[in-house]
Amino acid sequence: MTGAGVAGAAVQVAAVGAGAPLLVGWMRQVRALLEGRIGSGVLQPYRDLRKLARKQSIVPEGSTVVFATAPAFIAATMLVVAATVPTVTVASPMDGVGDLFVVVGLLLIATVALILAALDTGTPFGGMGASRETTIAALVEPAILVAVFALSIRANSSNLAAIVTATAHRPGDVLTPAGALAFAALVVVIAAETGRLPIDNPATHLELTMVHEAMVLEYSGHRLALVEWGASMRLAVLVGLLANLYLPIGIAGAHAGAAGLVVGVGAIAAKTALLAGALAAGEVFVAKVRMFRVPELLAGSFLLGLLAVTAAYFIAPRGA
Amino acid sequence: MTTGRCHPRGGSRRAARVVAADELAGQSRALLDEGHRLALVACHDDGGALRCVYLFLAAAPERRVELHVHLDPVRPEVPTLAGLSFPAGRFEREMHDLFGVVPVGHPLPRRLVRHPNWPAGWYPMRRDAGDPPPFALDSEPYPFLEVEGTGVYEIPVGPIHAGIIEPGHFRFSVVGETILKLKARLWFVHRGVERCFEGRHAEDGVELAERISGDTAAAHSLAYALAVEDASSWEVGEDAQRLRALVVELERITNHVADLGALANDAGYSVLNGHALALRERMLRMNEQVTGHRLLRGAIAPGGVRLRALPDLAELDTIAAGAAEVARNALRNTTVRDRFTGTAVLSADDAAALGCLGVVARASGVPGDARVEHPMCELPVATVVHTEGDVLSRFLVRRDEVAASVELVRELCARARGRTAHTADPPGDAATPVGGTGVVEGWRGTIVHRVELADGRLTRVKVVDPSWFNWPALPVALANTIVPDFPLANKSFNLSYAGNDL
Repeated sequence: MTGAGVAGAAVQVAAVGAGAPLLVGWMRQVRALLEGRIGSGVLQPYRDLRKLARKQSIVPEGSTVVFATAPAFIAATMLVVAATVPTVTVASPMDGVGDLFVVVGLLLIATVALILAALDTGTPFGGMGASRETTIAALVEPAILVAVFALSIRANSSNLAAIVTATAHRPGDVLTPAGALAFAALVVVIAAETGRLPIDNPATHLELTMVHEAMVLEYSGHRLALVEWGASMRLAVLVGLLANLYLPIGIAGAHAGAAGLVVGVGAIAAKTALLAGALAAGEVFVAKVRMFRVPELLAGSFLLGLLAVTAAYFIAPRGA
Repeated sequence: MTTGRCHPRGGSRRAARVVAADELAGQSRALLDEGHRLALVACHDDGGALRCVYLFLAAAPERRVELHVHLDPVRPEVPTLAGLSFPAGRFEREMHDLFGVVPVGHPLPRRLVRHPNWPAGWYPMRRDAGDPPPFALDSEPYPFLEVEGTGVYEIPVGPIHAGIIEPGHFRFSVVGETILKLKARLWFVHRGVERCFEGRHAEDGVELAERISGDTAAAHSLAYALAVEDASSWEVGEDAQRLRALVVELERITNHVADLGALANDAGYSVLNGHALALRERMLRMNEQVTGHRLLRGAIAPGGVRLRALPDLAELDTIAAGAAEVARNALRNTTVRDRFTGTAVLSADDAAALGCLGVVARASGVPGDARVEHPMCELPVATVVHTEGDVLSRFLVRRDEVAASVELVRELCARARGRTAHTADPPGDAATPVGGTGVVEGWRGTIVHRVELADGRLTRVKVVDPSWFNWPALPVALANTIVPDFPLANKSFNLSYAGNDL
């Protein structure tokens, strides 16, 4: 643990926490412009959060502490994930637990918390959304594990910081069949994890097609703000992680100074904006797949990940 | 006892017969066997006694037959026709709710229009109904059929929805994601439109007709105008009828274009919705140029039609090309195509048995188009039919109808020879009550109005929007569809709540 690492982790949390709504706004704005709409501006998510934070929060009759506390729990979990995942620095003091399995586990904990909260409301929509989310989560988590695992083989470690460091030292290593397969798998998985097209439509107002939105229908006021904030952080962390797994340029090392951290923040912001912009642009051209096709899509993603692992063993880069 | 009356326009014939209650079923069966369909059933309070009018329509040659049944003033009862015709059973329930006419032998004699909180025994369409008594909480429970079994659960949706749409309550019985049964409960927007017509001067009713269903202003106003003209033997020339048809075609294009984009949007492909909405906006602006109103109000009135200009055909061609592009891009996207294909199939048999009309029927291979079957003037109409009965077919019918309508508009503009207004002088008012019918193919399907006039004032107007016939088809088509496909299926039907609830 170094001073730079502690500072880096703090910066990471702050950057993800503060920047995540901007990322969501950016993706919406990219879509709007590509679809020929004016859009509501990249700052709209902040305005939404401010509005929600001021509003009254209503709790359904008969719901328990699960419903009341899940939003805070989700937001807190996401902040821990933000501290752990190497976005700004590879020297986070959380490095000891900064393991691939821990991060996936934390993401799943947040998902499960929301599922339980949705069931806790006792409404059909909560149950319906929870049932759908469970189906998706059960398929997404193995796929994300396998895909990142393919990248970890090179680094001989499932520690995310170690993977990123290894890539930073030899950036060409990700340009392998294994790397490409894992990238494709990760893109699908991230879309599923963050409730985006073609799996879920974050912009829909059709209750019956919702997955994530169905689970949060009963939330209002500051609780909804926390849920939305948590969801945006999940998006930011996953996109940031994908960016750094493949292009760790500018990430701060264990002995980086303040300037290194500034560069780290700037680099991850630029990379995330670029990648998120590309994902949003891609979304314009895809429609939402039929619910029963979602497992096929995610199984395909898992298969890609599995192929990536296999390829990583058989087609090892030179000197590995 | 038969009183026949010649239809004022050539080629169409209309007969009105007074029949006794016990002859009704036999005569109706004979008419249905001859190829008629039951298009409208209206009850009338003639002051003291009730009278039911059953309007049957048939095509090739065009026929309109009315059966009038006078009811016992003390015990208003009619023998049910529910066994002969599914729509008849629903019309009878409506009459029961609004007039207190008891359909004897009805298999499902429960409330339809009146929600359970309406006081029992109060029939709002009767002349002596008076002011509504206080509405209680639900006095009768709404009989949702409960589906039982392992893993079956219910999803109640609405009447307030997350988007800005009309109110309707849907109750899904679901196992997993598969819909076992859907019950749609409507009539949240029952405004008493038919009652509002009563007592108005015939020429003042058109404003109300335009507002029956906001997106169908032109077709409803035309059906109303035709009915009034029919009742008062008001002769309107072919030139005027063609200009009226032009307005209805503009309405068809406007709504179909929006639907093409909305269907893609419900499959999560919102970029096409953006384009379609831009096209719709251009149509609305053209509508304003043509009629002075974006929703085509004010152009059609009994006795004539008044436009400000003929549509800009070059602009119309651009819009048609844009609509074709939206449809092409939607179908080129494999995910959208997959979502559309085989979703919410309505078989031709079911569509015919339920009496479906318009886009929904034509997508299930049941041709039927009032522009051909009940023409008000000679029109070169190409009826579009697709046979699969799924969301894709309903999408394709709309796509092809936009193209066909644009062709028709071009033809109508050419034949208009630059004239934009026609007015026929009204005939003198008949003192005795006379009835008239108007049949129009609106963009959703066949609209039928039946009016009765006495001294130039409306004594009764009965409105039948195609949505009335098509709503029962939605749950049928949705059996074994999955819940997340419901919005797409619902949008592909795109039925009017206001036009149904009246």
